[in-house]
Parts: sequence; C-alpha cells; structure tokens
Amino acid sequence: MENIPEKEENKIYENEEKVTITIDGRDYEVPKGLTVLEAARMVNIEIPSLCYLKDINEIGTCRVCVVEVEGSRTLQPSCVYPVREGLRVRTNTERVRRARRTAVSLLLSNHHRECTTCVANLNCELQNVAADLGIRNIPFTGEKVDYGVHNNNPAIQRDYNKCINCRRCMAICNKIQECYVYSPINRGFDTLIAPAFQKDLSEVSCIMCGQCVLACPTGSLAEKEHINEVLEAISDPNKHVIAQTAPSIQVTIGEPFGMPVGSFVAGKLVAALKRIGFDKVFATDVTADLTIMEESEELLHRLFHEPDKLPLLSSCCPGWVKYAEHFFPEFLPNLSSTKSPHEMCGALSKTWYAQKYGIDPDKIVNVAIMPCTAKKYEVARPEMESDGYRNVDYVLTTRELTRMIRETGLDFPNLPEEEYDEPFDQYSGAGMIFGATGGLFEAVLRTVHEKITGDKMEVPDYTDEHVQSGLKYGRVTIGDKTLNIAIAHGTGNAKRALDRMKRGEWKIHFMEVMACPGGCVGGGGQPILGSRDHKFISLSYRHNRADALFNVEKGKKIRRSHENPRVRQIYEEFLGHPASEKANKYLHTSYIPRGRHPYLVDEKHYKGYNEKD
Amino acid sequence: MGIRIEKHEEENFKKLDQVIEKYKEEEGMLIRILQKAQDIFGYLPMKVQSYISERLDIPISTVNGIVTFYSLFYQEPQGKYTISVCTGTACYVKGAHEVLDAIKDELQIKEGETTMDKLFTLKTTRCIGACGLAPVITINDDVYGRLTPADIPSILYKYIKTHKKAHVPEKEEVKN
Repeated sequence: MENIPEKEENKIYENEEKVTITIDGRDYEVPKGLTVLEAARMVNIEIPSLCYLKDINEIGTCRVCVVEVEGSRTLQPSCVYPVREGLRVRTNTERVRRARRTAVSLLLSNHHRECTTCVANLNCELQNVAADLGIRNIPFTGEKVDYGVHNNNPAIQRDYNKCINCRRCMAICNKIQECYVYSPINRGFDTLIAPAFQKDLSEVSCIMCGQCVLACPTGSLAEKEHINEVLEAISDPNKHVIAQTAPSIQVTIGEPFGMPVGSFVAGKLVAALKRIGFDKVFATDVTADLTIMEESEELLHRLFHEPDKLPLLSSCCPGWVKYAEHFFPEFLPNLSSTKSPHEMCGALSKTWYAQKYGIDPDKIVNVAIMPCTAKKYEVARPEMESDGYRNVDYVLTTRELTRMIRETGLDFPNLPEEEYDEPFDQYSGAGMIFGATGGLFEAVLRTVHEKITGDKMEVPDYTDEHVQSGLKYGRVTIGDKTLNIAIAHGTGNAKRALDRMKRGEWKIHFMEVMACPGGCVGGGGQPILGSRDHKFISLSYRHNRADALFNVEKGKKIRRSHENPRVRQIYEEFLGHPASEKANKYLHTSYIPRGRHPYLVDEKHYKGYNEKD
Repeated sequence: MGIRIEKHEEENFKKLDQVIEKYKEEEGMLIRILQKAQDIFGYLPMKVQSYISERLDIPISTVNGIVTFYSLFYQEPQGKYTISVCTGTACYVKGAHEVLDAIKDELQIKEGETTMDKLFTLKTTRCIGACGLAPVITINDDVYGRLTPADIPSILYKYIKTHKKAHVPEKEEVKN
C-alpha cells in the first residue's frame, strides 16, 4: 500500500546533519532544521508557549516563547527561530522573564477571567502559563468588550470573551481539515477569530468535527454540554436511560484520570457508567459490526450490480458526511447510506430492544458517549428518527463523561471491571477497530473477503493501513477481484483524494474517510491533554491510542463482524438479512447537499434540540 | 453554484462577472475585484462576497476577513454623501469633536451610521493632510475647513436641497 505522507517536516527529527547550539551555557547537538523551541524541548528545557501548535500553527504571535539570542538586539520568538551552528540562546534571564510576564499580563488584562466557572478550568494552557510565570497582579486594565457566546448549534460553542487570538483553531481548520471556517475579522483591538460575518458555526460550512476545540488553549471553544439533561433523565424513575459507548472511548477515558495514553479500560468504563446511574450500558461496537454488515453488502452490491455507483465512500463519520454535503455534493450518491453505529444502536434500542424486553420506547432515553462533537450535530439532524422516536437523544463527549465521573466522585483507575449489558454486549474485533483510521476498511474487508471467496481471510492481513500517514492508496486482491482502495483521515486528505478521483487520476472502489486525524481516537470530543504535556498538542500522540485498540483486537476470539452472535441474533429476530427492507428502514439514511454558503439558506435542525436547554 | 440571484440583481452581477473574468487569472487580485464590486453595488453585501468567493475559489472566511480589515470596504449600504470628520491631532485640538457633535445632533445618527433616507453616512478619519484648515470635514470629494459647529446646518442643507431638486441626481450636480 502506498503511503502518501502528510508532510515532509516530520523527517527533520531524523535529520542526520547535526548542529551544535548552546542553551543556557550548555552545549547540545540537535538536528539541523529544528526551531529553537523544538530543540530546547528535545533536550528537556521547557520554554512556555501559547500560540504554537507543532507543524500546524507556527506564527510567533503570542511572544510567550521569547528567548535571548546572542548577537540579536531584540528578543526572538523561539518557535519560529531556526537553530544554526554556534547559536547561543538564553532562556531564563531577567529580560526574558519580564517580557514573558508582560506578554501574558497583557493577554490577561482583557481576558474574561472566570476561571472557576470556565469549562477549561484546570485544563487551560493560559491558566498554566500564568501560573508557571507566577503572575500575581496585572498592571494593565484592558477594555473588556463583551462579545458574548455563540452556541446556536447542537455541537460547539464559541465564547469570544475568552479568545486570545492565537489562531490555533483557524490553523487546524485551514491546514488539516481544510474547511476554512475561521478567519480574523476586523482589525486591531477589535480583531475576532470568527467564521465569516461572525456567523454561528451552524450557519457556515463547518463540519462540527471539533478539532478546533482540541486546538484551543483556553475555554473559548468547547463542546455544547448536555450533562444536566442526561442527569435529569437518569434521576427520572420513569425513564429507562441507556448509555452506549464508542469503541475509541475504551482507550481514551483513562487519560484524564492520569492513566497512560493508550490504556484499555472498557470494563472500568462500564462500571463507571453503571455507578453514575445508567440503567443499561451498551457497546456501540455491536452496531459497528452491523454497520460493517450493511456496508459490506452495499459494497458487494455495487461491485457486482451497480458499478457506476462506485466508488463507495464510507459514511459512519458525521463530520465527513457533512464535509461531503458542503464541499463535494457531487459525491453524495457514492456515500454509503448506512447510518453511523451509534444511530443504529439508537434505532434498535427503541424498536427491537424495546419490543424484546417489553419496554415502552417512549420511556427510553439513549445517551451516546462519543469521542466526537459532530455526533452531537448528527443526532440533531431531522432525518435521524425511527417510528417517530429520535434514534439517539443525547451525545456526550469523552470530556463530558470525565466531568460526570468526577462529579459522581468515582476513583476511575481503581474501579472494578464490569461487563456490557445484553443484548449489545458481544462484539467482534472488527467492530472495535472502527475507532482508529484504517479500522473500518479492514473490518469491511474481512467480511467482504469471506462473502466473495467463501474462505476466511487471515487476520490481520492488511497491517499497512495502521500507519498514520494521512492518505493511503492501495490495491487488495480478493479471489479474482482486485479492489482499489483508499484510506483518508483528516478532511483535508479526503479532499485531496476526491480531487484526484474527479480528475480521473484515481479509480477507486472503496474509500474510508474519518474526519479527524487518526480517526475517532483523535476525535474532537476526546480528552484535551495539551495543558498536561506539550507533546499532546501535536498530532503524533494518536498512535498510542490507535495501537492500543489494534493490540486488544488481536486478542479477540471473534474478529469478523458476521461471526458476531449478537449480529446474527439481530438479523434473525428483527431485520431478516443485510439490506432487507427493514434494515433499510432502520439502519439507512439519506443526505442533502448543503453548499458552501449555508447562511444564505435557512437550515432546519430537529426542533426540540435547542428548546431543551 | 448555489447562490440564487434575483431578477433585479442580474444586471449588477453581470457587471461583476466581467470584472471577475478580467482579473481572475492574475493572482492577488481579490482586493481589486472587491473594490470594483463595491463600485458596482455601492457596498459589499453577504451575497456579493459569497459570489466572489465562489467564483475565485477563495474561502468566504478569507474574503470576509479582508473586507472587514480594510476600512475602505463597507458591508452596509452607504449614504449618498459620506461625511468624514477629521480627528487628526490638529483638528482635534481645534475642536473637531464639537463639529462632530453638531453633525450628530443635526442628523440624529452616530458615527458609522447612515441616515434613514440613505442620504448621509457619518465617519471619522485620521489626518487628511489639510491641517492648515483645521478643523476640517469632507463630504464626498468636497472639503470644508475652519469650521465651527454653527456652520454645520447650512452646509448639510446645501446637500439636502440638491438632492431634492434633482429626483434623478446627476454626478455633476453633486459637486456644488
């Protein structure tokens, strides 16, 4: 499989050519091509930074990372200053300290400092920098203009009063996701990093992926919280509240509780949810298996009967679906019509499960714990309804669940392990690896392989796709069929792939797209660790989470979706067979082209969503 | 393209198309195109910005960022006459603010606003280089210097009268 690398820059670290620089009187040998900041961090000298986001936002605007460079009259921002042979740098002189304090004090002087009630409290880079620099009083009084909070959408809220204009949200949106939502509006003191015309995110071509939330160093960008609504439902004795957890949560929810990145904690996760008070805890992995069944069926159908409707593009990522709706409406017929796994779980919980266990679907509240802000948007799409019931009622991000666990007072790392509840308890390894880029592709392949050849494919057979480069393109042979496949994560990479298809350079049968870099393990609803350690604000740490999923998967007995007994049961008892009429009704959906300028047309959300707050 | 153009706008958008055709091959022509678009439409409404963004394949956020950065561009319809009150140092000490207040009183609008009849837009500017005439204001291309608040009503009246006389005002008439 051919890997198309995202950037050449990562190679800098392996640069053979070294230069010797002096930092604070000590000599170090570092690879040529690094910046002073990266070199210093490499040798464990901490230089504070705010606007810097490795490989993404290197613009030197916040002036927090300034250092003294010998021979230079003024202080230099270390994040954009390249190392060179014989460079002498001082990072801890009085002049440097004073400059850093002034820079941060000025940022704080017009910052709305509501730290105790802020969503980023104790997980805020601005707060940390101020604490590290020991800022005790702010000698300046800045004008605090109240721009208010923009949250007229189900997923992401923007509090302009807490924005420090670092432009990290803009950088990740433009360079990685290529949605170009943000830009600096107005100028001077009035500058706002906002969507065009200062519209709400729901009115522009935002895909709600939440990467900007991960990038934000303060509480200016956050998910729209639905904790209170969920707690209310839990305390209502008439409600049957179901929690369903996405595969990738199982490897990330431990992180905010101090566990190492990549800890697999599915059992503790279930235990925590039960202690919070959910009546049932389901694994979305089961319906991920269902998604694979339906999507494989669709792929097979198009391969053998409707080749003009190829390539088949995966559809389980709502961020990617919205991206296609905004930017590539011509590809909408190619999108698989299968719903995303959590919507399937929602639909089945209010139909099959309700009938089977004799529960009034009216009383069922389905809460999806997802690594994703786009899923918050997805559940508010008007078409996500079955038999008059919303498929999923609320989506909580991993971060919101973290807050709930803290509020409940649970010692997460020491919880006992518990099992998922019937009938969404057993899942295959294929369903699990959904949570990382390349996983969906591999899972679909395992099922398609057996359906075409009749033989079981040896797993894992396609480890190539675990590599984290942004766009992968390759060929797989199944029986006498050769499939051209592509895997993209980060919508910018998807764009590149679609452009190639449009130009006719690529002929593809199947493409997996995940909107977030790394897939769901790098999702916009995942824990923000940037304030804990700087290496977590680069994109590279997502390997560990993904590796954890693939490693646990290796130990699974059932590794093919169609072998999952629960999936068989669901088809036998309720749906019939994949792509049956009933399956189409409950497990498939439709898409609408939205255009790049949705603010010129009124978009209608599911009405009840905003009334609930 | 996804942007609906109403019948009454067609003519202006046709003109805009010609401008875009002329400049679109060259790089760095966005500001020029925006300027010309503003000449055609009088200001840069959302739709025009979106249209330009679509035609040039430049994200709307970038276009809007540029439009809001330069004070030369307007997102709101402007009055027929733009009154610019100089608040540079010389004019400031010579009483520019009293003059400004007099205009606000007379027209009942604030800075940056336009009168209901779309006749006047009031703005303040930095030094226009006529310090010898301080305090000074300009109304479109006309310069008025050494003003006192008492001069304001008669100056404004001149424009109101011209406007009323000519139902379809010619460009020549505007200049006194």
